[in-house]
Amino acid sequence: MSAAEFGQQFINALSLGSIYALVAIGLAMVFSILRLINFAHGETLMIGAVAGVVLADRGLPWLIWLPLAVLITVGAGWLMERVAYRPMRGAPDVTLLLTSLGVSIALQNGALLTLGSQPRPFPTPAVLGGQIPLAGGVQISRVNLVTIAIAIVLMIALTWFVTRTQTGIAMRATAENAMAARLMGINTNTVIIAAFLIGAALAGVAGFLWGSRVGRVEYDMGFIPVLKAFVATVIGGFGSIPGAVLGAYILGFGEIFLVALLPDYLTSYRDAFIFVALILILLIRPQGILGSTEPEKI
Amino acid sequence: MTSAPDDIILEASGLSRSFRGLQALADYNLRLATGEILGVIGPNGAGKTTLFNVITGFLPPTSGTIRLRGQEITGKEPNSVAALGIARTFQNIRLFSRMTVLDNVKTAQQLRGKAGFWETLFSTPSFLAKERALDEAAYAHLQSLGLEQFSDVYASALPYGFQRKLEIARALATEPSVLLLDEPAAGMNAQETAEITGFIRAIHQRFGLTIIVVEHDMTLIMPLSHRIQVLNYGRVIAEGTPDEVRGNPEVIEAYLGADEPADAVGA
Repeated sequence: MSAAEFGQQFINALSLGSIYALVAIGLAMVFSILRLINFAHGETLMIGAVAGVVLADRGLPWLIWLPLAVLITVGAGWLMERVAYRPMRGAPDVTLLLTSLGVSIALQNGALLTLGSQPRPFPTPAVLGGQIPLAGGVQISRVNLVTIAIAIVLMIALTWFVTRTQTGIAMRATAENAMAARLMGINTNTVIIAAFLIGAALAGVAGFLWGSRVGRVEYDMGFIPVLKAFVATVIGGFGSIPGAVLGAYILGFGEIFLVALLPDYLTSYRDAFIFVALILILLIRPQGILGSTEPEKI
Repeated sequence: MTSAPDDIILEASGLSRSFRGLQALADYNLRLATGEILGVIGPNGAGKTTLFNVITGFLPPTSGTIRLRGQEITGKEPNSVAALGIARTFQNIRLFSRMTVLDNVKTAQQLRGKAGFWETLFSTPSFLAKERALDEAAYAHLQSLGLEQFSDVYASALPYGFQRKLEIARALATEPSVLLLDEPAAGMNAQETAEITGFIRAIHQRFGLTIIVVEHDMTLIMPLSHRIQVLNYGRVIAEGTPDEVRGNPEVIEAYLGADEPADAVGA
């Protein structure tokens, strides 16, 4: 692998990891507070991408439809919490998990009914199209660079939010000890809603970036990103936001460089290698890389 | 020791709580005067922690009512009870251990100086000014309790005695009028117990608090309490000044078993 090729793959890996990270943050945030593995989080991403297609069809410029699509995604996140998860509050973890699978299936089928089973082209904005040529005939796609930049900005904003603002502090407090948090006057509902809204907003942005990356939108497009984000959060330590981000980048680099380094006849086993790596990590560190031992459940 | 004025701040009447037939708290009555320090003692499983859980809204009582300043608070959510001015600490310390000492105190600020959603989203100057003011208030609070040198330390890294103090400091940051302390001297040696006793007495005066303290350690509870209630099997079996309770044979029997010499309670 030449230096230029390495640079190209490096950017690819960072970009893929960034999308996984944006999805994984929402999973980790909700899990840390509710012990809910929200598999329907992938459908939030799908809704963001579908909203983009629908709005762009109306002839809106992307600077208008992108924020609108994110707003719609946030609304979907709010609705999901309100309709599906709040009635299940306090239910056993398995019930919550099954609820999330149910929500996921319902939303996928809703999309299938309205969109049909044919993929639709994603209205990738022209500024994201094309490649930036580098030396040695190697090119880096704009969408990758933009993905990395957006993810970094959002993660800095999230770090600031979680460490500096009242709601962020309340969120961390609730994640660590819900009972003590309530005694400090923290309204658990507000915190839970905030986690869903922020997670949904990030998933909405991820939907835009994923759509721009793969160039099409389908009713089940959320499944692979949420599965990968789930793996990322497990690797990093479930419930830890920095862990989720770290796991996402490890996964992104693992996938890209496996494909780049493996002989051709093995590249189609990429995901098998990834999941073997996951199993190994869990054997050595069951709590994930940054995860602490299981906190007490309230 | 300050004398207790006789207006009633916290009132419980006929409070009961059972768990599948086990009566954890039975017909509990209390009229707590503003500024009073009430000690609650009793053997393990006597219902002391249940009493705290019922008052703070974590467990709805099976029957009975609780009033704070005449206002009924029975069945309110814990965060609402906290907002009305009841704070507590735990027997097993429950700090936010992955947060700094300052941030632990800042969790209480949900109750005060609320920032609006849009303000937060766009970080308006008024929001940033508010956040700064809250930072300063939290630091000043730590300073007033002698904990400021730890403000940037993770709570889990604090020495044990300071973790106890921080838990009390965090409870005080909610600006309570009634403070419930669950075994504040648990796991402490004699010297640390004496220190936390002094600390509780100091905050009682400085913050004008009314305090209920549950404790096994008589060296803390006897000098601190104006009045002591003895719980056994969820019932108040004796009540009175520390001296009255100390000499009560029923208490000695319930608390220590009949064979123990009476002066073991007196310490």
